[in-house]
Amino acid sequence: MTGMNKLYNWWNERVDLDNLLAFLKHKTVPHHRHSLWYYVGGMCLYLFIVQVITGILLLLYYKPTAEAAYESVQYIMTEVPFGWLVRSIHSYAANLFIGLIFVHMFSVFLMKAYRRPRELTWITGVLLLLLAMGFGFSGYLLPWNQLAYLATNVGTNFAIMTPFIGKWLLVFLRGGTEVTGATLTRFFGFHVAVLPGLTTAVLGLHLLFVQRLGMSVPLSIEKEIAEGKAPRKEIPFLPNFLYRDILGWTLALGLIVLLSSLFPWELGEKADILKPAPPHVRPEWFFVFMYQTLKYVPKAVGVFGFAIAGVAWILLPFFDWKSNRGQPNKLYTVIGVFAVLYMAALTLIGYLAPGE
Amino acid sequence: MGKEKIPRREAINYLLGAGIGALGVATLIPIVKYIIPPAASGAGTSSVSAAKVGELGPNQGKIFKFGNSPGILILKPGGDPSSALGYVAFTAVCTHLNCTVQYREDLKEIWCACHNGHFDLNGKVMSGPPPTPLQEFRVAIKGDEIFVSSEET
Repeated sequence: MTGMNKLYNWWNERVDLDNLLAFLKHKTVPHHRHSLWYYVGGMCLYLFIVQVITGILLLLYYKPTAEAAYESVQYIMTEVPFGWLVRSIHSYAANLFIGLIFVHMFSVFLMKAYRRPRELTWITGVLLLLLAMGFGFSGYLLPWNQLAYLATNVGTNFAIMTPFIGKWLLVFLRGGTEVTGATLTRFFGFHVAVLPGLTTAVLGLHLLFVQRLGMSVPLSIEKEIAEGKAPRKEIPFLPNFLYRDILGWTLALGLIVLLSSLFPWELGEKADILKPAPPHVRPEWFFVFMYQTLKYVPKAVGVFGFAIAGVAWILLPFFDWKSNRGQPNKLYTVIGVFAVLYMAALTLIGYLAPGE
Repeated sequence: MGKEKIPRREAINYLLGAGIGALGVATLIPIVKYIIPPAASGAGTSSVSAAKVGELGPNQGKIFKFGNSPGILILKPGGDPSSALGYVAFTAVCTHLNCTVQYREDLKEIWCACHNGHFDLNGKVMSGPPPTPLQEFRVAIKGDEIFVSSEET
């Protein structure tokens, strides 16, 4: 073991491992009846890493041009050993990733974990959701199949409604006035370089804030502790919390691999601009609540409504004076529940009654 | 032996370690297999049409695609363009560091520009760093096409 000791000492002398280990050894996580939600954030982080690894693997064979993209994905799915598995994991994990970010965000919202001093954690978190949706939107086009082509046409079209720079933004996104191979190459660049860079930076900040401030304890639990009704319980991060994390990650990977094996992700048919759109075209599920809303309200109202709601959502912690003072805030709970129900209901309608 | 009791904690740690290790191996195997590409089409090429009869004059060379790598076809100085015996063909991949070689009409030699390697028209190293001769290909003429194949000459 002296070899290990020597190695440890070599590194310790240079990067002060003692200090880091002491921090990890003393790091604790609050333990109470709502602490299950604490694991969702770690799960998102894990899925992001899965996406990075499978994404790099896909890059070994993927070709980002209109002529070769579809065929290269077909090649991955049929010729490359375990290619079907790698691509299916990338697709399933992507959807689970976005789904769990929503769960993470709403659990944080309903427990008012964004309250002072964690406003910056909240803001970086919402930015990460937007970046993840950007990943989803850009990645969807990359296999260059018919549905992706249509969805990208519809999705990028909204850019033209941006005040003053709409036309410019549309051309910037599409690499021209129409969705073409130029769009594919551009989206590829966004998907594998721009978004990963931005996400790494914002994620780094997000994790830094979480480490500096520790986990937030819900107000209701804080109140019980203050009134002496419940003791303040904590568990060590190492190894207790991490073991539970790893258990969750293992189960998640098992589920994703199971789904990938039983139902490998479909490729669809190659994009053809001469083909008319089939009925009931839908965007990816996490855009459906917005897409469905636009069937009921004028386009401008819907688009600007969501834009304003999005900005308000990011800034919400700054206006929740009650929670910031440590008092329960029913109004914000109602807003949170309404947002969840609204999104769930419109998504369901979008899937169950596509013609409505 | 046999009667010794393993402490419960030790046994659990062992199982946990073995489980995580097995999971790691089960993750790595597909990744390693994925990284190794399936045999590419063209890699097993053994015969290609390198040029047309009359395309090369005496003391001229041409680089052609042999599968996924370049080959070099040369009509020897004073060689007969319509006879297979007038030609020689080699892989154009230098045996030193895989640069593509070229025919130097002025020297009547095959030359690698990367590190000034010289080969004669039998593929033998005349000077420079290449360690071994260029692999020679067989030349045959069918109709007006010059075929090059990698079978033993």
